Amino acid sequence: MPSSHRQVTLTINGQKYSGRAEPRTLLTYFLRDELGLTGTHIGCIVGKCGACTIILDGKLVKSCLLFAQQVDGAQVLTVEGLAEGSKLHPIQEAFWEEHGLQCGYCTPGMLLAAYDLLRGNPRPTEKEIREGISGNLCMCTGYVNIVKSVKVAADKMAPARSKRSA
Amino acid sequence: MIPRAFELHSPTTLSEATSLLKKLKDSKVLAGGQSLVPLMKLRLASPANLVDIGKIPGLSYVRKRKDDLLIGSMTTHHDVAASSVVNRRFKTLSEAAGHIGDRQVRNRGTIGGAICHADPAGDVPAAMLALDAEFKVAGPSKGRILEVKDFFKDMFTTSLRQNEILIEVKIPLLPPRSGGAYLKLERGTSDLATVGVASVVTLDNSGLFEEARIGLAGVGSTPIRATKAESALKGREPSDDVVAEAGEKASEMSNPISDIRGSSEYKREMVKVYVGRAIRQSLGRI
Repeated sequence: MPSSHRQVTLTINGQKYSGRAEPRTLLTYFLRDELGLTGTHIGCIVGKCGACTIILDGKLVKSCLLFAQQVDGAQVLTVEGLAEGSKLHPIQEAFWEEHGLQCGYCTPGMLLAAYDLLRGNPRPTEKEIREGISGNLCMCTGYVNIVKSVKVAADKMAPARSKRSA
Repeated sequence: MIPRAFELHSPTTLSEATSLLKKLKDSKVLAGGQSLVPLMKLRLASPANLVDIGKIPGLSYVRKRKDDLLIGSMTTHHDVAASSVVNRRFKTLSEAAGHIGDRQVRNRGTIGGAICHADPAGDVPAAMLALDAEFKVAGPSKGRILEVKDFFKDMFTTSLRQNEILIEVKIPLLPPRSGGAYLKLERGTSDLATVGVASVVTLDNSGLFEEARIGLAGVGSTPIRATKAESALKGREPSDDVVAEAGEKASEMSNPISDIRGSSEYKREMVKVYVGRAIRQSLGRI
């Protein structure tokens, strides 16, 4: 059957990207294969593991549960957009320092889930952190250090926030 | 994990959407896609055409009126769970919506999608039964109103016609001295319910059960309205014995299968336990 390819344009990490996608092209594959942004990982690809998590028009979502054509024109934040040049985002620094990753496969999704959590709740309790990352599976089961990393990230980001608001 | 090829249609008005559904053979509505897209990837569903209703404006809202609450079908689970009026007045719904999947899924998944998907283990369908909801549906000609009690026909099957789109959920406001809850037994945060219980109870002026509605998730081929449990409560005084009897009756009405979430016997036992807890929690909120 015919399948209409369409041009899909997204603003990703502040930059315009454009590429071709057929209707069934999942956003994850579009980001990776068509646009070359391989920071977004493919895990289970059925919407369970969260490795493909991105922020789409301000909302934390799983990019494997969306078709690229569906989100034409959207604003996207991927893991590549967290650092500023060679300066890591405080959440990335915290994951580095606290060994919040083992194989690293789930890390892009974890970082964005943490980013989204701390945006809405700068001082989460351990329970809130665990709930906040519950859509992201770490197959290495390294949750203790991931939770610790998010806590440390919250500490790092808190003073910066209060300075800004002062 | 790539779905079969299909065409994606993106109407911007409801009438365009319903005429597309009428015209196109083998088409399906795409709302938030959090259930349909995985099914398509697993090739359990392979529609030739998807009609994406996400570009139609005006389908996402929560609006309280004098006698009822209206929720647009494209309102996300997150927005339902975060709505202050839903939280204050309809704990059954805020807890059901807040228990779905995970944050990512709640940010995309919609109340209308969850109802039309009609997963027997879904949280929202059971809550709709307990809340006695009505569904406003748009079709190629005149729209119609469907009552929840006639809506869930079988597993993943509803009384919606192929060319119809659910556009609004209407929930009657609860009378004074009412309380509700949704309790879910689940294996992990992102799982469907092993057993889910949605409840709404109302007491009369002398403190007897005036009305009770109980919806069960995960224990049959559709969400189940536990009418026998409701009758066991009506007109009686809340007591441990009466609540336990309602749990027994609900369990009798359930028909769970044994699967990875537990044996049929276990789930029947859990219906008793969770119905009891849900009623007590609802009473505590009056």
